[in-house]
Amino acid sequence: MRPEPRLIEVRKNVLKQNDVVARALRDRFRGAGVFVVSLVSSPGSGKTAFLERTLTLLRPNYRVAALVGDLATENDALRLARSQAPVKQITTGTLCHLEAAMVQEALEQWDLNQLDFLFIENVGNLVCPSSYDLGEDLRLVLISVTEGEDKPLKYPTIFNSADVAVVTKVDLAVAVEFGWKTAYDNIQAVRPGMPVLKVSAKTGEGMEEYLSFLAARLIELRQAAVV
Amino acid sequence: MHELSIAMSIVELAEEEAERRGVQIDAVHLKLGALSGVVKEALLSCYEMACENTPLKGSRLVVEEVPVVIFCPSCRAQRPLSSVQLFCCPECGTPCSEIVQGRELEVVALEIQECAPNPV
Repeated sequence: MRPEPRLIEVRKNVLKQNDVVARALRDRFRGAGVFVVSLVSSPGSGKTAFLERTLTLLRPNYRVAALVGDLATENDALRLARSQAPVKQITTGTLCHLEAAMVQEALEQWDLNQLDFLFIENVGNLVCPSSYDLGEDLRLVLISVTEGEDKPLKYPTIFNSADVAVVTKVDLAVAVEFGWKTAYDNIQAVRPGMPVLKVSAKTGEGMEEYLSFLAARLIELRQAAVV
Repeated sequence: MHELSIAMSIVELAEEEAERRGVQIDAVHLKLGALSGVVKEALLSCYEMACENTPLKGSRLVVEEVPVVIFCPSCRAQRPLSSVQLFCCPECGTPCSEIVQGRELEVVALEIQECAPNPV
């Protein structure tokens, strides 16, 4: 006789393992007083150029480092190393996103007390990284003017998982007839209240405002740690 | 495409439960939020693949899709979102960023058979 099927309640988060590691990372970052920023975007939106400029500009005043995820190459790490900041490549193989355990492994030998800012550049992908917490304090989603204004509507999940939108390559905005208002409205439609920054890594436009924003967040983080 | 690694995590999780309870699993029930970043159809086809060579081979994945519900500060009420492309209260139009549900990626139940000892 075939036994009757029975339903048992379980209630388990599928990504629990990632969340546990991410929480441990966040505790470690807090303990060391380092402000951690992750960057997500589609491939080619200018994450590496933006990050190279960020590291170069921050380095005279802050202790900075970066982890960079890529499917196969170490090209991005080599580019970022030109900023003279410590940079480590995480090669994900066929995996389309970073997971907390990869960040943990990459940071194993690092003394985080020696850092003010740590940047984590995710694999270029607007879908998969949205599900994985990396323990970061701030998630930036980049959208370049050459991609079109409707990216937020096409990928609402990742925009919703991010804290700040950064519009990149603004030096090309006129050439590609980028519609600022449409882009801004689309970002606000999928993530009401999200701050939007405009930058050009090439000309430096908007970088100062972005760096002051980061500096303010670092002060907030450290004040919160003291209280 | 990260559905395969998600499917493998689901299988792993279910396998552990099955082993712990000494049962055989017919189906895994999953809650999938519209903001989970996971596509149902892709997950279903990956699930079959992930079950290969495991005790879950032949089991089903039953997906319950969870719509996004936001909290509207003007209405002071929870409201279902009509589209993930517009985070506004469907009643009064106020932009809403507080998400009450819709990020779920959760195994909620297992359909099982008690394992009878094999007849000798």
